[in-house]
Amino acid sequence: MSTATQDPALAAAAARSQPRRRRRTLPPMTPKLAVGLAITIVIAGFGAVGPLLVGSPSEVRNIGMTPPSAEFWLGTTQTGQDVFAQLAHATRGSLLIGLVVGILTLLLSSFFGVVGAFAGGWTDEAFSLFTNVMLVIPGLPLVIVISSYVTEKSVWMVAVVLAITSWAGSARVLRGFTLSVRNRDYVLASRVSGESSWRILTVEILPNLVPLLASQVVFAVIFAILGEAGLSFLGLGATGSFTWGTMLYYAQNGLALRLGAWWWFVPPGLMLAVFGAALALINFAIDSIINPKLRDGTREQRKRWRMTKEQLRESEEEVV
Amino acid sequence: MTTLELRDVVKEYRLRSGFRHSVLRAVDDVSFTLEPGRTTALVGQSGSGKSTVAKLLLRLERPTSGRILLDGRDLPRRGAAGHAYRGIVQMVFQDPFASLNPYHTVAHHLARPVTLHHPELGRTAVLDRIHELLARVRLDPVEEFAARRPHELSGGQRQRVAIARALAPGPGILIADEPVSMLDVSIRLGVLNLLAELQRQEHLGVLYITHDLATARHFSDEILVMYRGSVVERGPADDVILDPQHEYTKLLRAAAPDPERRLRELAGP
Ligand SMILES: Nc1ncnc2c1ncn2[C@@H]1O[C@H](COP(=O)(O)OP(=O)(O)OP(=O)(O)O)[C@@H](O)[C@H]1O
Ligand SMILES: [Mg+2]
Repeated sequence: MSTATQDPALAAAAARSQPRRRRRTLPPMTPKLAVGLAITIVIAGFGAVGPLLVGSPSEVRNIGMTPPSAEFWLGTTQTGQDVFAQLAHATRGSLLIGLVVGILTLLLSSFFGVVGAFAGGWTDEAFSLFTNVMLVIPGLPLVIVISSYVTEKSVWMVAVVLAITSWAGSARVLRGFTLSVRNRDYVLASRVSGESSWRILTVEILPNLVPLLASQVVFAVIFAILGEAGLSFLGLGATGSFTWGTMLYYAQNGLALRLGAWWWFVPPGLMLAVFGAALALINFAIDSIINPKLRDGTREQRKRWRMTKEQLRESEEEVV
Repeated sequence: MTTLELRDVVKEYRLRSGFRHSVLRAVDDVSFTLEPGRTTALVGQSGSGKSTVAKLLLRLERPTSGRILLDGRDLPRRGAAGHAYRGIVQMVFQDPFASLNPYHTVAHHLARPVTLHHPELGRTAVLDRIHELLARVRLDPVEEFAARRPHELSGGQRQRVAIARALAPGPGILIADEPVSMLDVSIRLGVLNLLAELQRQEHLGVLYITHDLATARHFSDEILVMYRGSVVERGPADDVILDPQHEYTKLLRAAAPDPERRLRELAGP
């Protein structure tokens, strides 16, 4: 575009439109979002880099159950394994499961939810029937059954099982929203312009679904990491690899609690809780884009408008 | 030169409630022709089937029976002719707040129909066309409006963008479904005058769907009155308004304020 550089008005308009675009697609940077993102990045970084820096997590030594020291930052297990090294590998394992489940949920739920609702007719009927069937299949028992049948389970296997039992809820949410967007006038208008169905779906509808998709994926990741921890704690998790859940399982088996070896079970438990909380914080921020009502008119916001105490109380009564 | 004809068109909707279903005749045996350079108004109460007629003409719905003819031939449904039809018959929607995608810029809304129907144009040619369209609906400065998003425009400005989008492929027929009913009274006449002016310049055949008898008389050559799916009265605009024959038209006429006064009101102080 040669005109852009010549015409100062156009250049100015272009410059102004740039930050506008960003502001609309990304959630506003609130303290909640900042904290959530910071924690997620730190933990993800630890999971990515940590395993490269520590020694073997399974190496057995003859110094069992030592509390944290300069050599072993988080002490050792009953069999003298380095808890810090285990934590690094477990973080990677758990995040890997979260990532795989997140991606699979994204693909499955947007295929069965968005494509079905957009296509309409029999495709929609079939897809939504399938989704509903998947939804009422009780997830945890199915996972337990599958897990107890397959004896050699890799992390991938566990992730796939978790994804299969968890995408249906997201698909339903997405279907509902797609149905409402599909009949909006701007979609009809682009059909009247002669856009192909594929372009209408990807260019006109999908961008409006992005916040919802993101929040569904974040939720799926939380579910997967917690679910995997639960499975592993029951002894049904991945064999031969480390996750936060398997660490807790071995700590439980090694009577860490009874022996007061807090350095063994507190770190994985804390990681689980903190990571789950961080993702939940991110989800709050995304929610406020999807549903502006959550953002406006909160007590916090009204305080910023410098309302007096009386006005605050009044407006609160109005809302209720 | 494009004429679009509706011949004995019927549209029925099947309404399901549990196991039973009933049939609703939204459009009942309607025939009329849209010709270049002429404006036809379609008036009638809410639910009388006006929007359904628009949807049938736009091929958003299929008629249950009857024919729709473009220049005397049946509507092409598929293939290149089906695609070209999208460029020939265009629509301005009622609600300018719903008819523009909040995610995209004004430029995107105009660029798509241009490139879809004139794939031979290069990037700069498309950009020129966008600016020309914006200038024609009087959104100046054009570069600035092109870069904006719908939520940064007023209702009237949005409707002008919607009109520009409808004109983008260079249509022969324009369907305007209550194009000003969602706008503030003070800007309605401006938008209608703009539509009328564009119609003269492009020699468009226009179907103007409205509730407002006064503007129907002022802006159109012919008026069709719809009542429960069928056309109960038709004729030159002045005749229908000044000398209504059908009961329903008389009722409508009596309910509407004096057309002349109403137009003066719209024109503002
Ligand atoms: N998709 C549909 N399925 C079932 N019935 C429909 C459908 N679309 C419209 N109808 C019915 O067809 C009738 C005509 O509707 P239409 O939208 O054409 O009315 P209208 O004249 O445009 O009214 P308004 O002036 O309020 O816009 C209504 O009774 C409506 O309920
Ligand atoms: Mg209507």
